[in-house]
Amino acid sequence: MSDILQRMQERLSSSLQPEHLDIEDDSAAHAGHAGARSGGGHYNLTIVSPCFAGLSRVKRHQMVYEALGDLMKTGIHALAIKAFAPNEI
Amino acid sequence: MDIQETIKQTVTSSPVVLFMKGSAQFPQCGFSARAVQIVKACGVDDFMTVDVLQNPEIRQGIKDFSNWPTIPQLYVKGEFIGGSDIMYEMFQSGELQELLKDIAQA
Repeated sequence: MSDILQRMQERLSSSLQPEHLDIEDDSAAHAGHAGARSGGGHYNLTIVSPCFAGLSRVKRHQMVYEALGDLMKTGIHALAIKAFAPNEI
Repeated sequence: MDIQETIKQTVTSSPVVLFMKGSAQFPQCGFSARAVQIVKACGVDDFMTVDVLQNPEIRQGIKDFSNWPTIPQLYVKGEFIGGSDIMYEMFQSGELQELLKDIAQA
């Protein structure tokens, strides 16, 4: 597992106590396009956490971004997010 | 004028404003391209786009404005709606069409 993937998992796990967390590394599909030059990867995240209950989509994504902190600026170029509360799945 | 003030004026200058990489005709990023397609699919053909690649101050400033680290960003009537994932989810559920129905061309 890549270093970035592991750090993403650690940060999301500790901040949002997810019941389910899945991160797919999609970087290979984007290798070579302009945005990938900086080296940041493309990831698809699915996260189920009780922290999201009752919150808007924008708020949920902001919580994910906040948990990831500086990884959003350095290791991650693009992140697709699906964020659910446990009662929504 | 302060960049945050400029952005505030920009997001309210048109009912639908999309901050993106590239233009609606020539998007420079797959996520921005998808965002343009989604707005058009809601029946809104005439909307304002801001190419953040043309201005580093706006590129950073819009992220601070919405506390949102990525581009594209959609604003409807001055309100931040979301990035491309949220736009797609709202399109699939019909919420975005509902939100844009007053603005969509007949």
